[in-house]
Amino acid sequence: MSYGLRSFLPKNDMINILLLAVLIMVIFPLSMDIFRLNLVGKYLSYAFVALGLALCWGYGGILSLGQGVFFGLGGYCMAMFLKLEASSPENTAIQSTPGIPDFMDWNQLTALPWFWEPFHSLGFTMIAIIAVPVIFAFIVSVAMFKRRVGGVYFAIITQAIAAILTILIIGQQGYTGGVNGITDLRTLNGWDIRTDEAKYVLYFLCCTLLIGSVLLAQFVRKSKLGRLLVAMRDKEDRVRFSGYDVSNFKIFIFCLAAALSALGGAMFTLQVGFMSPSFVGIVPSIEMVIFCAVGGRLSLLGAVYGTLLVNWTKTVFSESFPELWLFGLGALFIGVVLAFPNGLAGVYSTYIEPRLSKWFKDLRSMRPPMASSTADTRS
Amino acid sequence: MFAEYTASELTSIFAMQGFAGLILFSVFVLMALGLAIIFGQMGVINMAHGEFMILGAYITYLTSNVFSEYAQPLFGGYFFVAMLLAFIATFALGALVEWAMIRHLYKRPLDTLLATWGLSLILQQLYRTVFGPREVGVTLPDWLMGSYPLSDMIEIPINGIFVMCITLVISVGVYLWMYRSRWGGQVRAVVQNREMAGAVGINTEKVDRITFALGCGIAGVAGSAFTMVGSTGPTSGQLYIVDTFLVVVFGGASSLLGTIASAFTISQAQSTMEFFLSGSMAKVLTLLVVVGILMLRPQGLFALKIRH
Repeated sequence: MSYGLRSFLPKNDMINILLLAVLIMVIFPLSMDIFRLNLVGKYLSYAFVALGLALCWGYGGILSLGQGVFFGLGGYCMAMFLKLEASSPENTAIQSTPGIPDFMDWNQLTALPWFWEPFHSLGFTMIAIIAVPVIFAFIVSVAMFKRRVGGVYFAIITQAIAAILTILIIGQQGYTGGVNGITDLRTLNGWDIRTDEAKYVLYFLCCTLLIGSVLLAQFVRKSKLGRLLVAMRDKEDRVRFSGYDVSNFKIFIFCLAAALSALGGAMFTLQVGFMSPSFVGIVPSIEMVIFCAVGGRLSLLGAVYGTLLVNWTKTVFSESFPELWLFGLGALFIGVVLAFPNGLAGVYSTYIEPRLSKWFKDLRSMRPPMASSTADTRS
Repeated sequence: MFAEYTASELTSIFAMQGFAGLILFSVFVLMALGLAIIFGQMGVINMAHGEFMILGAYITYLTSNVFSEYAQPLFGGYFFVAMLLAFIATFALGALVEWAMIRHLYKRPLDTLLATWGLSLILQQLYRTVFGPREVGVTLPDWLMGSYPLSDMIEIPINGIFVMCITLVISVGVYLWMYRSRWGGQVRAVVQNREMAGAVGINTEKVDRITFALGCGIAGVAGSAFTMVGSTGPTSGQLYIVDTFLVVVFGGASSLLGTIASAFTISQAQSTMEFFLSGSMAKVLTLLVVVGILMLRPQGLFALKIRH
C-alpha cells in the first residue's frame, strides 16, 4: 500500500501539492478581503481547465482550442438549475407567463422548453454538469481520433465547434439568454449564494475540488496510462505497432479534460453568479491555453500557478492600463512560445531548483562538521 | 419555407443571393489563397492572417484619404495604387515576422498557432490605438458606384463585379506563380522534401521567407478588396479567420483548386440559407455541415495522394 502511494505521489510532489493547498486555503483567505478572495476563486475555476489542458495537451499532445465549450456547458448546466430556482412563480409574478426565466418572457416564450425541464432537479443537474460535456467530448473525439485526425486539424475543428456553440447561444436568445447569458442567480436549494458567508464556503469548496482534481491528474500522470500518453505524443506509430489502440487513450484523456473543465465552469457560475457566451467562444478558449502554457504545459501545478499569475496580471493591468493589456498578453504568448516553451515550471526546474537543492545540500553538509566540532571539544 | 414565394420570385432570390454569395466567395478565396500557401505548403498556422488582411484594408483607407486630399483628379484610380501599397506593406511585415518568429518554430506547428495568436492580439490593439475602435469605410470612386440591371428584378452591384475580377486575376496569378514559374517549383520542392531540396542547391530559408511573405501579401490585397464591399474595424479580421481556416481544411490543405472549390461551396451555402433562415442559424448550419463532412473525410475534398 505504501509502495503504491509512494509511486504515484513521490515526496517532492507531495510537498509541492501541500504548499499549493496551504497557499490557496490558508494564506489567501487570511490576507485578502472577500471581494479579492472571490476574484481568486474565479481564477481557480479557470485552473480546472488549465489542469485538463496540461493532461491532454502537455502529456497527450492533443491541443484543443475548444475547452471553453466544456467550461461553458458545465457552467450553463449549473446556471440553468439556479435560474429555474430564481424564477419561481412568486418571484416572477409580474411577467406575462410567471414561472419561466425572465429572458424567455422577454422573447415571447410561453412555456419552458423541454430541455430545461429536467434542470428543476438538483440531482439531475449535478450529473448533467459532468455528463453533458463528457458525452459531447466523447462524440467529437470518437469521430476524430478513430479516423486518426490529430494535431493541427483537431485544433482547428475544436475551434470551429467553439465558434458554432457561441453563435448558437447568442442566436437562440429565447432559450439561452443570448449575449447577456443567464444572469441574476440567487439561491442553491434555498441557500443564498450571494452572501459573504456563502462566498467563503464556495471558495473553500472550489479549493478542495481543485486539490482533488490535481491529485486525480497526478494519479493519471503516474499510472501506466500516463506513460502511454507521453509515448503516444512522442511516437504515435510505435505505440500503435506495439499493439495498443491509440485512439481509445486519446478519447479518454480528452473526455477527462472536458470533465475537469466542466467542473470549473460549474464552480465559476456558483462563485461569479452568472454565465454568458463570452466564456465559451474562441478567444476565451485560446486564453485558457495560454494559462496552461505560461505555467508549463508539462506541469500540473504549473497550470494552476500559471492561471493565477496570468489572471492576476490581467486584473492589475486592465484596472490601471486597459490599453496595454492586449499588448502584454500578446507579448506573453510570443515570449512563452519562443523563449520558455516549458513555461514557469521549466524556468523553475532549470534555474531555481538546482540552486535550491544545492542550498539544501549545503545546509545538510554544514551540520556534520558542527556536530564533530562539538564532539571534539567534549573529548 | 419555399411555399410563400412564386417560381419567378424564387429564381431571382436565388440569383441575388447567389451573387451576394459570389462576393463572399471572392473575399474567402483571397483570404484563403494566402492561408493555403502558408498553411498548406509550409504547415504554419497563421492566426494573424486576418490582421494582415486588415492592415491592407487600413492602408487602402489611408491611400483614399491622401488621394481625396491632395490628388482629387486622380481619385478614380487610387484603388490600384492602394492595392500595390497594401501588398508591399504586408509583404514586408510578413517577411519580418517570418524572420523574427516563424523560422524558429517550423518544428513545432502547434506553437506557431499560439505565437501568431499573440501577434494578432498585438496588431489588433495597435490598430485600435492608431485608427480608433470605430469601423472606417472608404469612399468609392464614381465608376464603382451603382449597379447594373440584369432584368427588372435582378440588379448586380458594380463594386461586386470589380472585386470578383480582382479575385480572378490574383487566383490566376497565384496559379501561374506556383505551378509555372521556377520559384513555385522550388517552393513545392521544399514542401515535399526539405533535405533533398537543400541538397540540390535550393536556398530553403529564403524560399520559406518569400513564401510566407507572399501569403501575407495576398492577404493584404484581400484586405484592399474587402474595403470595396465592407467597412473595416480593428477586429474585423478575427471574424473571418476561423471560416477561412475551415475553407482551407475543407478544400484539402495542399490543393489550391480545392481551396477555391470549398470557398465556393461554403459561401454559396451560407448566403443562400441566410435569406430563408436568420443569419446566425445559416452560419451555424454551414459550419456544422463542414465540420461533419470533415469528420467523415478528414483529408478534405481534394487531397493530394502522397505516402507519409
